[in-house]
Amino acid sequence: MADLKVKIGALEFKNPVLTASGTFGYGPEFEDFLNIDSLGGIIVKGTTLEARQGNAYPRMAETPAGMLNAVGLQNKGVDAFINDIYPNIKHYNTHIIVNVSGSKLEDYVTVVEKLNDLEHIPAIELNISCPNVKQGGMAFGTSCASATEVTKAVRAAYHKTLIVKLSPNVTSISEIAKAVEDEGADSVSLINTVLGMAIDAESRRPILSTITGGLSGPCVKPIALRMVWQVSQAVKIPVIGLGGIMNFTDAVEFLLAGATAIQVGTANFIDPAISEKIVHQLDAYCDNHRIRAVKELIGGLIV
Amino acid sequence: MKKYINDLTVCSNRRLSDDYFILGLTSSNALPEMLPGQFAEIKVDNNPNVFLRRPISIHDVDYAKNVLYMLVKIVGQGTQTLSTLKVNETVNLVYPLGNTFNMDGVTNVILAGGGCGIAPMLYLARHLHQKHIKATILLGGRTMIDILEAKEFKKYGDVFISTDDGSMGEKGFITNNSIMKKLSSFQRLYCCGPLPMMKVFAAIAKQQQVDCEVSLENTMACGIGACLCCVAETDKGNKCVCTEGPVFNINQLKWQI
Ligand SMILES: Cc1cc2nc3c(=O)[nH]c(=O)nc-3n(C[C@H](O)[C@H](O)[C@H](O)COP(=O)(O)OP(=O)(O)OC[C@H]3O[C@@H](n4cnc5c(N)ncnc54)[C@H](O)[C@@H]3O)c2cc1C
Ligand SMILES: Cc1cc2nc3c(=O)[nH]c(=O)nc-3n(C[C@H](O)[C@H](O)[C@H](O)COP(=O)(O)O)c2cc1C
Ligand code: FES
Repeated sequence: MADLKVKIGALEFKNPVLTASGTFGYGPEFEDFLNIDSLGGIIVKGTTLEARQGNAYPRMAETPAGMLNAVGLQNKGVDAFINDIYPNIKHYNTHIIVNVSGSKLEDYVTVVEKLNDLEHIPAIELNISCPNVKQGGMAFGTSCASATEVTKAVRAAYHKTLIVKLSPNVTSISEIAKAVEDEGADSVSLINTVLGMAIDAESRRPILSTITGGLSGPCVKPIALRMVWQVSQAVKIPVIGLGGIMNFTDAVEFLLAGATAIQVGTANFIDPAISEKIVHQLDAYCDNHRIRAVKELIGGLIV
Repeated sequence: MKKYINDLTVCSNRRLSDDYFILGLTSSNALPEMLPGQFAEIKVDNNPNVFLRRPISIHDVDYAKNVLYMLVKIVGQGTQTLSTLKVNETVNLVYPLGNTFNMDGVTNVILAGGGCGIAPMLYLARHLHQKHIKATILLGGRTMIDILEAKEFKKYGDVFISTDDGSMGEKGFITNNSIMKKLSSFQRLYCCGPLPMMKVFAAIAKQQQVDCEVSLENTMACGIGACLCCVAETDKGNKCVCTEGPVFNINQLKWQI
């Protein structure tokens, strides 16, 4: 048994395996398949101030080694989360992190103020990188000025661990990472989905109702690894890596590239038990390589 | 209902025609209870071009033999690869998923399926029969090869058939079959098949004030309510077809009919 604990800011995680927002529901969806408490943490679906219906169907297209989605942040709003969902999941013995999304600066602030009071939510993941909403969303994450602005406002309003989730759809992700670090983010997570598109040659129409959508799955892994590597060189705060992690070797690769923790996303759709398996296999990997603490792997790339 | 992720063993793979096959799957453990209308998310191995699981309906379950049957139409790489499964090979299922048909408050119903839309109907017919509810079955397709399992259905009720080319049963669209003239004598219409066909059935049922349930086949990623990709528009907003469906009453759906 290796020591799997890692720290993000002041928050200690029992292991570095978290589940990615929008791919794990709120947890109960997966209770038949795994023990939620075995995970380092779960990041729940993107939550906005008001309820959102999301985009029209079709919202999904399978692509080589991955998928496009255009869900568009369908959720019942932060009040419904607090009143109807939180009471049913707060007993989990793992960190529950809320992914906060919005299209206006004030909305982000109002949402995080409400989340401050929830005892069993020790952190938020600020989503400034959703490609599937018309206003705001990714727009906040694609320039240093707006990323700075939203992080500053949220930092002032939120008192616990603040993770900012970055978009890969930028020229220099390291610059954005540095900007949010400067505003007091405790950590950055990357990557959100890569903007993409799918076309049906028979009907000559786009497959998604929104024409473009967000690409995820193993096809984005090399991009994500490269970005985690670059960002972890550029900032001092811990980096949470994700993008195409399907198994424990993928997870190890992200740790070696510089990630302190990882998130499992689209892989949950292929094997709903995969995140717990990765925890156990990571443990076995450490034992096999005579590594006493998983921390030793972080940034351990030999170049 | 508890969901499982299990490797099942192929015990039969019967080709019905170039396009259709029926997989028989068994397990060393007793199969869990499954309801008509429910489906499984099947993992397609040995084909790198297929990434996501494929949703396939529960076609029938023989609990005495511990065998689950799935009727599949080959339409692309996923279903093509499944068609090559051999006896004793294993296949991974997440199941049983979704809701079921409403079988309450009726004594005389009609089931309509076009092409592969009959897949969930056989297990429904079996359940109706067990509940002593009189079932009439209407099958349709382009040509006689698309009329599947008519013999099996006959065990549970009278069977009416339509083919577009008249090669079997009445000539014409399934929605124009002569039994449809008597639709108002049934208390409920259950229907599954291509979306345009279901909408025609729904419109006729609505007009004649016959209760109508349809089984939707929206594209899916997770099948368990986590990704929100599979939604249908309902009177209560977007609902996941994988958890709150696939069966919907047409009064719930925002169909322009
Ligand atoms: C709840 C549910 C139950 C189902 N039950 C059955 C069943 O019992 N038997 C059966 O044969 N099929 C069933 N289907 C449909 C089946 O899932 C698809 O045909 C299959 O996923 C296609 O995979 P493929 O890789 O062969 O084709 P792909 O390469 O994925 O697709 C081939 C073509 O079919 C179209 N297509 C694929 N999936 C769908 C869909 N869901 N709706 C409309 N068009 C689609 C694609 O756009 C493409 O043009 C069901 C679907 C759902 C959601
Ligand atoms: C269906 C779907 C919904 C998603 N919803 C959200 C969301 O609400 N908020 C968010 O920050 N990221 C969301 N994401 C992005 C994932 O959390 C993750 O960043 C991305 O999919 C890359 O990781 P993966 O390749 O492991 O899936 C979503 C992804 C998918 C596939
Ligand atoms: S397929 Fe994922 S929610 Fe229905």
